Amino acid sequence: MEYVIEMENITKEFPGIKANDQVDLKLKKGEIHALLGENGAGKSTLMSVLFGLYTPDSGTIKVQGKQVFIRNPNDANNLGIGMVHQHFKLVHNFSVTENIILGHEDTTKGFLRYDNAVAKIKNLSEQYKLKVDPSAIIENISVGQQQRVEILKMLYRDADILIFDEPTASLTPQEIDELMKILRNLAEEGKSIILITHKLTEIQQVADRCTILRKGKYIDTVEVAGTSNEELAEKMVGRKVVFDIEKAPAKPGDTVLKVEDLCVRSQHSNTELVRDVSFEAKRGEILCVAGIEGNGQSELIYGLVGLAPLSKGRILLHGSDVTQSSTRNRSLAGISHIPEDRQRHGLVLDFSLEYNLILNSYFEKTYQRQGFLDFKAIRTHAEALIRQYDIRSSHGPLSLARSMSGGNQQKAILGREIDRGSELLIAVQPTRGLDVGAIEFIHKQIIAERDRGKAVLLVSLELDEVMGLSDRILVMYGGELVGEFDPETVTENELGLYMSGARKRGVA
Amino acid sequence: MKFPWGGKRARGNGDGGGRIVQGALQKVAHRPASISAFSSILAIVSGLLVGFVIMLIVNPGDAVPGFLTILFGWLSEGSRSVGDMLYFGVPIVLTGLSVAFAFRTGLFNIGATGQLTMGAFTAVYIGVNWGFLGAFHWIVAVLGGMIAGAVWGSIAGLLKAFRNVHEVVSSIMLNYIAMYMNTMLIVQLIYNRQYARARSPLPSAHIPTWFLRDIFPGSSVNIGIFIAIGLTILLHIILNRTVFGYELKSVGFNRDAAKYAGMNAKRNIVLSMTISGALAGIAGAIMFLVAGRHLEPVNQLMQEGFTGIAIALLGLSAPIGVFMAGIFYGALEQGGYYLQLYDFMPEIIDIIIAVIIYFSAFSLFIQTYVAGYLRRKLGAEVELQQGTEIK
Repeated sequence: MEYVIEMENITKEFPGIKANDQVDLKLKKGEIHALLGENGAGKSTLMSVLFGLYTPDSGTIKVQGKQVFIRNPNDANNLGIGMVHQHFKLVHNFSVTENIILGHEDTTKGFLRYDNAVAKIKNLSEQYKLKVDPSAIIENISVGQQQRVEILKMLYRDADILIFDEPTASLTPQEIDELMKILRNLAEEGKSIILITHKLTEIQQVADRCTILRKGKYIDTVEVAGTSNEELAEKMVGRKVVFDIEKAPAKPGDTVLKVEDLCVRSQHSNTELVRDVSFEAKRGEILCVAGIEGNGQSELIYGLVGLAPLSKGRILLHGSDVTQSSTRNRSLAGISHIPEDRQRHGLVLDFSLEYNLILNSYFEKTYQRQGFLDFKAIRTHAEALIRQYDIRSSHGPLSLARSMSGGNQQKAILGREIDRGSELLIAVQPTRGLDVGAIEFIHKQIIAERDRGKAVLLVSLELDEVMGLSDRILVMYGGELVGEFDPETVTENELGLYMSGARKRGVA
Repeated sequence: MKFPWGGKRARGNGDGGGRIVQGALQKVAHRPASISAFSSILAIVSGLLVGFVIMLIVNPGDAVPGFLTILFGWLSEGSRSVGDMLYFGVPIVLTGLSVAFAFRTGLFNIGATGQLTMGAFTAVYIGVNWGFLGAFHWIVAVLGGMIAGAVWGSIAGLLKAFRNVHEVVSSIMLNYIAMYMNTMLIVQLIYNRQYARARSPLPSAHIPTWFLRDIFPGSSVNIGIFIAIGLTILLHIILNRTVFGYELKSVGFNRDAAKYAGMNAKRNIVLSMTISGALAGIAGAIMFLVAGRHLEPVNQLMQEGFTGIAIALLGLSAPIGVFMAGIFYGALEQGGYYLQLYDFMPEIIDIIIAVIIYFSAFSLFIQTYVAGYLRRKLGAEVELQQGTEIK
């Protein structure tokens, strides 16, 4: 019995699209098997089939050599299949132990018993070197530790086949190293692991074999040792991929945005989420705010554009004080903003594309006549942007934003914001969740904006993007700027130390 | 876990009670028109069928002719009954428009009845006392009703915008305040002791009938129908063709995006509730500025405001749809009036309407199912394009 899981010829069709077309996946006992593919390649569908969320149209699944029908996640659990989701499923005000036993509680006459559970958790964490304090409350421990709790949850339920969905998305480089060690430990202890990812370096680091999907089709399964990143990427995308972002050296000009001692207070508690942040963004320069999610970057941007009130500080745009201005007036004064959450802030999903393309300018003279919308001007504007930014959709200007793909939604926002010609472009995680092609396109547009002499303020969680795109890096940790770096001279590791708060220094 | 076929979880805006109802009602406006129209028709058909079953149980012999009377009673006396159908339909069209307009801005105006009450009282007060206005009397009375309704609606809007008080809570309370105030003010200011009701508005304050009584002889129809048609068209234009409507809809569809775009959400909320209240106020004025109808000092909420919610729902929150649904309601009312010819109580019509309302709410589930099914079928494609991972 060589394989613990054999998925053969799995086909899952949705009207108009084959999400999985004759896909094979074979997992050996004790191996780490990477599942690689772009967004939309069918990784999630395949894992949903394995986890019992979808029934495949055809194909067979064998677990430990026996054919099985997995109808729901409970079936999967009973077969020893566990999954760590990208967004953890933890009760944040419960303790570690309580979270682990949730749903599998030991009881005597209806009363909870912790002793067995505590012993078992202790054993598991020693055996697999998963250091975590069982009595700690989830919200008080780091993201890396929370992930360990998720792993313990699976082990507590005696899972032998562990699926990790993009496990490194919200970790620091140091935490990622830790996780890689944990994965290797688990594999050595005989667990079989499927690692869903699109990060090639991780695959090189830990995976034994790698299955590549592209557009729902099975492309190949390769031994990772002996396969280069370039080969993997080419299989994933279907063409040669340029890894390096090409850009000319920056020529910083005069200051466009000056921020002084900015503080933003939480609307729920009395804590400062952004503390005394000061910096300048200059013309012809991409200034990047790097950091791990939740360290005040979002709030900093909300404060800058007027979506959150400032508790302290000043914002100067071209030397004029816009601290007291409304969102609308700041936007008119020269701020374009590609928001972090494109579906929440960036678009009205139930509006057509053309309506969305005037979201920040509908009130301007161009688009109205005495308060009536000028449909002709709106259409012309939409058609121009669709051409220029290659926004693809089913019904052109009339497509509902909701029906568009993430990449095209983002292109629409990008086009809309760049087209306004503001002096400052704020781009918050502009490539989040997009595929390689869209990422390349958006990076090019952002660089072009810089080369046109605009100031670009980029907020990114992706280290690759931070290193590749920016001309100057500010690291944010715990609401403060803890370091300023030149991407030419700093290493990812060094950045990681600052991002995790292990080191800090003043920012000029 | 977000299953790939699952809908996006609705993003709450931090409001408390009433969000479920509100969310459900708003969904109507946000659905593809075809699915929604289908569900409206389904609700009407189901309501009628259930009504028919009830009639069969109550009085099997007369059930079929009785049922046909409900459906076609509005034709039974020719132009007279058609005129009365319009007369019955107008206030409901207006309260329906009131509720629908607020829906489009993401607000659930359950306070139409209170706004209607305030409008009715003000209109009647002007109608009773300000005879010196002569030919303008009825116009001023209607405008007075409109303003009173607008003020009443704006209170809920202001509370929502500046104190974040949920409009459902505040407008329900305002309904009761309006109800008791109405009783109190009638007795204090315009009481007719002999009949224990408000005094009759002067004939100069009656809504004119112009040529309508010639076309529909014997009916109670008045130019309220023109007001309703005019307002329907006006709202249709505001919502679909103006910058103001663009803003209102943005706020209604996605308040976060509206804020991001620098729209003044507070201003839009207040304006939307004010306009919504004004419409209900006009409905109140038109209802009571007629001969033979009197405001009474009774502590009872006026039903027309709540019927408006159902009509907004049936009309899919689109002004023209609401107009049609409102007139349909008028037709049923009119049919119910003739039901007495058979051995039925006219209350059967209230039951049928209640069932239709019930089914229009129920149709939301059907819609959700249909939409969910379509999303599963078609949406999978979108999700795959968007590359939603298992999250």
